[in-house]
Amino acid sequence: MIETVPQQHGEQPVKPADGDTIIRVERVYKTYRMGDIEVHALRGASLMVNRGEFVAIMGPSGSGKSTMMNIIGCLDRPTKGQYFLEGEDVSVFGKAELADIRNKRVGFVFQSFNLVPRTSALENVELPLLYAGVSSKERVRRAREALATVGLSDREKNMPNQLSGGQQQRVAIARSLVNNPSIILADEPTGALDTRTSVEVMEIFQRLNRERNLTIIIVTHEHDISQYAGRVVQFRDGRIRRDEPVEDRKDAAEVLANMPSSEDDDE
Amino acid sequence: MNSFAILKVALRALGRNKLRSALTMLGIIIGVGAVIAMVSIGQGAQAMIEQQINSMGSNVLYVMPGNITTGGASLGQGAANTLTDEDVEAMRREIPTIAAASPVVRSQTQMVFGNQNWFVRIEGTNEFFPELRNWTVDQGTFFTEGDVLSAARVVVLGRTVAERLFPGLDPIGQTIRVRNLAFRVVGVLAEKGQSMVGQDQDDTAVMPYTTVQKKLLGQVIPSVNQAMVSAVSQEATVVVQRQINELLRQRHKIGPGETDDFSVRNMSDVAAASQQMTTIMTLLLGSIAAISLIVGGIGIMNIMLVSVTERTREIGIRMAVGARPSYIRLQFLAESLVLSLTGGLIGVVIGGSLAAAISGVLGFPTLVSALSITVSFAFATCIGIFFGYYPAHKAAALDPIEALRYE
Repeated sequence: MIETVPQQHGEQPVKPADGDTIIRVERVYKTYRMGDIEVHALRGASLMVNRGEFVAIMGPSGSGKSTMMNIIGCLDRPTKGQYFLEGEDVSVFGKAELADIRNKRVGFVFQSFNLVPRTSALENVELPLLYAGVSSKERVRRAREALATVGLSDREKNMPNQLSGGQQQRVAIARSLVNNPSIILADEPTGALDTRTSVEVMEIFQRLNRERNLTIIIVTHEHDISQYAGRVVQFRDGRIRRDEPVEDRKDAAEVLANMPSSEDDDE
Repeated sequence: MNSFAILKVALRALGRNKLRSALTMLGIIIGVGAVIAMVSIGQGAQAMIEQQINSMGSNVLYVMPGNITTGGASLGQGAANTLTDEDVEAMRREIPTIAAASPVVRSQTQMVFGNQNWFVRIEGTNEFFPELRNWTVDQGTFFTEGDVLSAARVVVLGRTVAERLFPGLDPIGQTIRVRNLAFRVVGVLAEKGQSMVGQDQDDTAVMPYTTVQKKLLGQVIPSVNQAMVSAVSQEATVVVQRQINELLRQRHKIGPGETDDFSVRNMSDVAAASQQMTTIMTLLLGSIAAISLIVGGIGIMNIMLVSVTERTREIGIRMAVGARPSYIRLQFLAESLVLSLTGGLIGVVIGGSLAAAISGVLGFPTLVSALSITVSFAFATCIGIFFGYYPAHKAAALDPIEALRYE
């Protein structure tokens, strides 16, 4: 799915991507108004991501990386600039259309897991399918499948408060991929997890990326974690400062194998 | 996402806070229950009055003799002896829209049978009494025109009198003593029950008016207490009333400008007046109850607003995974609707039982009509939508990013 780049480039030309472009953000600005002060979260940032890439976004807080994630995830719209998702200009979409995109094409994973409380793991995973209008039987089938992918088949009846942090995050990952999205966006997915659990989560992401050719974008503070991605994008002051491939990419499965087995396997 | 799925999500959300949901519902339950119970009291009273007016005879008019003044003291309506049985006869003869007419002569006295005796109100009328009063004879027959003409000593007893004088006996054909005169019992009237003012209507006896005039009252110049007239139809009562006026003024030689020495009372006027009264009562009771229903609605709104705030993060999650704002709105609307509809349903049951209890324990007539159920249920639904809309709209308008960040 190669699409043509419009011939109206401004001061910051976007390089045509080699391969299947899935995300193309062009000179995007985002300005928030907090009282009388205008906050410029993004100042003309451009980014292209190909299908099947694993990108880590880094940068200090306030650098605009979370805003960029929100725009890519269609939770937010840019003040200025364009965003093409699989060739479609979604920066002009309305709230309902954006909701549909989040439902079918994007999966979210958050630092704080964001599972619906007092609702079982299975039902949490079913949630996107509910809004996609999938029948109850099919929802259960697909939710079980997604839980199996993250290795939580035996925990489907548990409520979020009966699960460890790592397990909750795995439920969240299952939820993010249950509707077969094109992209998974993870905002500091390991921020609330210990080292071993973090690597386990990265192992799942690497596996999904490799086996299903899923495009994965994570925001992280930790340099360690960014090394599991194939490409690191550095944000500063609302712009992209550096964008380079990871030289010596880490394999989470390998790291896990070499780790001393944990005391109580995150139960 | 179909409506069934929305309903299921709403039920779950309400199930998570059972006590709170139940208390919120209680507002609607009390509101709907109160409306139904209150309106049933009003409508019960209305039905009772209607039935009693009907039992007095449909299309009936009463003609009363007028006021007389002696020595400066007014003796009031009906005090004069200006109405005669000839007047009644003339009305029946000359006004074609009159179906039946009878003089009424009243008395009261002791009646004796064997060792039983009873003090009885006696009504003297003619053979048209059953038709005029819409009152059938249960046992035996009513007296005849011949009995009236001959002032026969016959009597038709009310149910209560019959039971008092003839406990366990068949009164028909028996002879009772009234002021040392022998009277033959020819019939017993059907049971009629209490009147509007609580009087036992069956505690009465009916005789030919001529008998009352001559045998009981011993009148030298016969006079009647009032005349009962029935028109051929409800519509004709107005015409009949006017024609009676003209006829009696002519017969009593009342010149233009002079006041009548009689008055005509139309039962439909009485009916209309009491109808109006009970309608006002129903409205008053109903609207007081409706206020409690509105208070219940405010309770729903209050709880839904709390719920939206509490579940801000959940709303954010739902939006992030693809719930359109309209779904969020529908979900919260569904919750308030479930509260108000369930509350309404329980309220209908409770209101109905309350009405039954009121008539059962207090003996007050109540009437739970389909209309009052429909209206209060529809009202509860509207309240659910009305008071649920704002919180639902507030939830739908949340920004997903801010909602996700909400602690």
